[in-house]
Amino acid sequence: MKRHLISAADLTRDDALLILDTAEELAQVVDRPIKKLPTLRGRTVVNLFFEDSTRTRISFEAAAKRLSADVINFSAKGSSVSKGESLKDTALTLEAMGADAVVIRHGASGAPYRLANWVHGSVVNAGDGTHEHPTQALLDAFTMRRRLGGLEGRQITIVGDILHSRVARSNVLLLHTLGADVTLVAPPTLLPVAVDTWPCTVSYDLDAVIPKTDVIMMLRVQAERMNAAYFPSVREYSRRYGLDARRMGQLPEHALVMHPGPMNRGVEIAAEVADSTRSTIVEQVANGVTVRMAVLYLLLGGSVPANPAEEDS
Amino acid sequence: MRAYLIRGARILGGARADLSLRDGVIAEVGDGLAPVPGAEVLRADGLLALPGLVDLHTHLREPGREDAETVESGTRAAALGGYTAVHAMANTDPVADTAGVVEQVWRLGREAGHCDVHPVGAVTRGIEGRQLAELGAMADSAAGVRVFSDDGHCVSDAVLMRRALEYVKAFGGVIAQHAQEPRLTEGAQLNEGEMSARLGLCGWPAVAEESIIARDVLLAAHVESRLHVCHVSTAGSVEIIRWAKGKGWQVTAEVTPHHLLLTDALADTYDPMYKVNPPLRTSEDVAALRAALADGTIDCVATDHAPHPVEAKETEWTAAAMGMIGLETALPVVQEAMVETGLLDWAGVADRMSFRPARIGRLRAQGQPLTAGSPANITLYDPASRGVVDATGFASKSRNSPFAGLELPGRVVATFLRGRPTVLEGKLT
Ligand SMILES: [Zn+2]
Repeated sequence: MKRHLISAADLTRDDALLILDTAEELAQVVDRPIKKLPTLRGRTVVNLFFEDSTRTRISFEAAAKRLSADVINFSAKGSSVSKGESLKDTALTLEAMGADAVVIRHGASGAPYRLANWVHGSVVNAGDGTHEHPTQALLDAFTMRRRLGGLEGRQITIVGDILHSRVARSNVLLLHTLGADVTLVAPPTLLPVAVDTWPCTVSYDLDAVIPKTDVIMMLRVQAERMNAAYFPSVREYSRRYGLDARRMGQLPEHALVMHPGPMNRGVEIAAEVADSTRSTIVEQVANGVTVRMAVLYLLLGGSVPANPAEEDS
Repeated sequence: MRAYLIRGARILGGARADLSLRDGVIAEVGDGLAPVPGAEVLRADGLLALPGLVDLHTHLREPGREDAETVESGTRAAALGGYTAVHAMANTDPVADTAGVVEQVWRLGREAGHCDVHPVGAVTRGIEGRQLAELGAMADSAAGVRVFSDDGHCVSDAVLMRRALEYVKAFGGVIAQHAQEPRLTEGAQLNEGEMSARLGLCGWPAVAEESIIARDVLLAAHVESRLHVCHVSTAGSVEIIRWAKGKGWQVTAEVTPHHLLLTDALADTYDPMYKVNPPLRTSEDVAALRAALADGTIDCVATDHAPHPVEAKETEWTAAAMGMIGLETALPVVQEAMVETGLLDWAGVADRMSFRPARIGRLRAQGQPLTAGSPANITLYDPASRGVVDATGFASKSRNSPFAGLELPGRVVATFLRGRPTVLEGKLT
């Protein structure tokens, strides 16, 4: 594996499978009464969050702590960063703390690449602007694999604001690497120009795609996109691209409904769909911790076994 | 003033000849000229003699951003690049929108003495796109402004653009338009296409440039005035300009060295050194720009030399300043992109980097042929040399060169401004 995890494109098929298999092993630890492993004792993981995202930060923090790493949370809000300190100065501060890994969440696309120039430790992208969110894609793939078995040849449909979605970018790349067939569904305004160069197919017609879908992933749509004329109204968006009970009824029996959160109930997803048994939304949160444990372990842990208890049994 | 005898230079890459420089002019051109008493003899075997280069698009940053560049440092860089005249863009602080400011910049240029500085006047007050600046006062000032531009911003209001084009006819002026439809480029970071889609950066679509150029050539035709298009960057823009020229309309255009050599693929590590406005485009655009410069659809090369301090580029892509420096690398880049590819010979380079830009700027003492009686503005250039670009050695105060580390051909050996060397042996005098 590469030293950093910034884009899902950094992962070969073998890398991705190794992360998912490692996460599977680590999931067993989470079920034990003592949820801690000594694997990363003495290593320091910094959570560097320039954007508020309590969910993602807590997930990374729990992952690092369960591997016995020292965790430093560095929130940019209210710190020297908001007073104009540059990303580079922040990076040099982290270097001085001896960070072995920096988990970065940033509003600017590509900020993790810049950070990687200025720190020696591994950089893990926890979401950068409208670029990528690779650990989200990994936990989505982990969730799909647990429910469906393999991903090879599976039809995955991603619906919504593809243009501004880091989750969509990472998922297209990772799912393609894992052999799934991805279809993007969105109004043409919310698809990037040159989306035809991506390894996926594109449709404007949700109803036509739904019956042959194994997994449908609904992306959050922000109401302010309406003001920039991406679509005429929230109601129209919801009618054409929302997942309601009627559309859910058209899905194959085994199909899953996913959402990276936070949801706009009643916009891209109806409440009864979000709460249905097909929905993996709660499971996705739990899987987030194990997948992030696997990523940190593989980037930092090296050759020691992920789960020493396993070795004994 | 000391006399010089340049021995054995190939004039515009053609026959070898001697050039005798006296009293600021080329006194004689011929074979086996004898030096006049006291003249310094320069051996120029293997060197090209080119007319002193003229840049229509330079940001000297003074007044206001002397941390990035000054008239002194920027014109030193120009001389080292083989330039004898530069047009200093108006987006300074304060903006060059009055006779007072343009005269200040013009005077700083005269005092520095490394090359002629011709201030560009702002089209609108404060480059705000609302009211015309006092174009006539700037034209009548000691600076004698003929090129007007809101560069950095587009004169997007169609009525204002029409009036500006009409108004400058009274004194032979030209409006140099930074063609960028503002609504189509809100938050734009990078050419809209495969790279912007992959990198998740807001796209700067080609149509935002092309739609303004299409409108402006029609306006220029309608009011029978002169339009100059700054930094053309797309294949579609080339088509529109070719069509307008075919109609006989008074439209000229420039291309930057970076748009002739680099593409948006360089943005893949989010290094803001490659962030520029208009953005780097695709290899198809680069090919179209080269062909257009070769066939004369694009009249000239202009650097859009845009210095920025280190901290403006040592940041996230979206937070970084747009622009790159280019005065000290322009001729090598043009050699690499146009001459080595067989698209342009050295006479063509002289035409696109000196004769034509001087004509567009209405400069009478620049861009003249290297014949007896012309002002002695001459660049001696070694096309056989090759080297890796080392930005740390630049005379510019800034280091934001996208060419740093590239191996490029050619080296400016000497520059003469009205018979006086500003550069000798590749160093400032
Ligand atoms: Zn410009």
